[in-house]
Amino acid sequence: MAETASPRPTFVRPRWATAPVTAGAFLVLFWVGVALTVQWWPIDNPVAFVGTRLAPPSVTHWLGTDALGRDVVSRTLHGAQYSLPVALAVIVSAVAIGATLGAISGFLGGLADSAVMRLVDITLSFPAIMLAMAVTASLGPGLWHAAIAMIIVSWPNYARLMRAQVLAVKEREHVEAAVAAGASAPRTLIAHILPLCWSPILVNATMDFGQVVLLVASLSFIGLGASPPTPEWGQMISEGAQKFYQWWIAFGPGMAILSVALGFNFLGDGLRDILDPRTQ
Amino acid sequence: MYRYIIRRLIAMPLLLLGIVSIAFLLTHFTKGDPLISIIGERQMDNPIVVAAARARWGLDRSLPEQYLIYIGNLLTGDFGTSLRTKQGVGVDLLQRLPATLELVVAAMLVGSLVGVTLGVVAAHYRDRAADHFARLFALFGSSVPVFWSGLILLFVFWYTLGILPGPGRLDTRTMAPPDVTGFYTLDSLMAGNLSVFAESVAHLILPACVLGWAVMGIISRQVRASMLDVLNQDYILAARAKGASEPRVLVNHALRNALIPTLTIVGFSFAYLITGAVLSEAIFRWPGMGSYAVDAARNLDYPAIMGVTIVGGTAFLLTNLVTDIAYAFVDPRIRFR
Repeated sequence: MAETASPRPTFVRPRWATAPVTAGAFLVLFWVGVALTVQWWPIDNPVAFVGTRLAPPSVTHWLGTDALGRDVVSRTLHGAQYSLPVALAVIVSAVAIGATLGAISGFLGGLADSAVMRLVDITLSFPAIMLAMAVTASLGPGLWHAAIAMIIVSWPNYARLMRAQVLAVKEREHVEAAVAAGASAPRTLIAHILPLCWSPILVNATMDFGQVVLLVASLSFIGLGASPPTPEWGQMISEGAQKFYQWWIAFGPGMAILSVALGFNFLGDGLRDILDPRTQ
Repeated sequence: MYRYIIRRLIAMPLLLLGIVSIAFLLTHFTKGDPLISIIGERQMDNPIVVAAARARWGLDRSLPEQYLIYIGNLLTGDFGTSLRTKQGVGVDLLQRLPATLELVVAAMLVGSLVGVTLGVVAAHYRDRAADHFARLFALFGSSVPVFWSGLILLFVFWYTLGILPGPGRLDTRTMAPPDVTGFYTLDSLMAGNLSVFAESVAHLILPACVLGWAVMGIISRQVRASMLDVLNQDYILAARAKGASEPRVLVNHALRNALIPTLTIVGFSFAYLITGAVLSEAIFRWPGMGSYAVDAARNLDYPAIMGVTIVGGTAFLLTNLVTDIAYAFVDPRIRFR
């Protein structure tokens, strides 16, 4: 008689679901959930003066209150509503611009290629924060201006990646076959080349997400991003730096940035292992 | 290989011109009126003052004219005058350069010492607890905002425990050592003043650790990866077969070769260091180029913003050039590209 299956089916953990990836996914999902739902949570209004000023952590205010008596936990949680959408907008636009230019540059070659690549070279020869600071300063302080600055410093990496991918895929036989079968140039690029080019871009975009959150917060910390009373994380840390002895003011937003960046870094690492079989 | 180097060198002036042009364009297509930061908001209604200030700062000329004048001045080493300090931007930057360099060198020292050690340990204990710990420690370093970790460390080690000094390069009452190199550590040693030396080192510890932690991650990951490559090779097996001790195999045989690819990381981590320096100088009130950049951006001091951006870009470009050339010398495979 054939051996019967074990009574309870054992859960087989997929090979890629390592502890870091799981932790990363958990952190990211938590913050996305917060960003989407925080306005319905039964917590204090992030901009209302709800307690005594500079009160240390207590049962009513888990991370105390800031210089104006606003609840730090509530402000930290509401901060997700600013940082995450801004970072998403930055990444999506940077990928769209970078991938389009990179694909055209790799596919056409020649003059278009050199023009795009020189622009990439020049942009990449600035340290990102300095260029971002200069752009934000010239647009004038503001969260969305900081986002524009981040798009300007982020797209060249994707252009480079996409160009390298297109150059490699262009030589494959199925592309040759498509051209021989009479596919037009745009069709060859869009239907036969691009679908094979996305995985490294996806990995990089995931990893960059955390860095963008970090840099946007940095710009706000410097005073070029969000302005008071916005509960933006970098802005909150800058307020906490002024009230140095009340450590709890900066603690919430600091942990928030750290956990978001860590989450995306873990996730990106894991995603790379899934999408790129060579590293396994 | 020389063709490779020459090609890189030819591209340099063009890239520099690109950097200058972008810095110029950015700061001139701007909504904020630089006049406000020159003469103040109240005087903006006074047409005589406005016209005088425009003429004084060359703002009455056309954009191409301003651009050519700026480039001409740059060639003579003149970066223009800061609207905020009313000093030459070049003078300002030179004054502040040593503070930043001292911090960056100290941070690089911390980052590479700990980073290389972590990388070797992680490779030796691959997939075991020590490896996971090293990875976690490195990832934390590149995820934590330095302007926050700096605050926390100051709070713990200065305010609470009192074992390390607070912000600044020296205690407020201490006189700076006579200026030779601008590095307080070196200058105080040269002046034979050991107490100032100890003080300047103590002041360096926290900012250097904060900054070093940020680059530690990249270094340790790279060292781990190339150690793993090297440890699989036959000559390592030979060394072990001869009876070389494990530390000797790891350090004398494996690490030596594993460090070559790590060279490329130096240029890359420089970008992290600059980012980190800008932000941690603000927290540690470190009078360097980073805090200068922050002040310039906050006050819409356009000549200073341009100067800092150009110097930062140039420094970054040069580091990358030097690393790439050094790499081409060390690794013969590059030469034939």
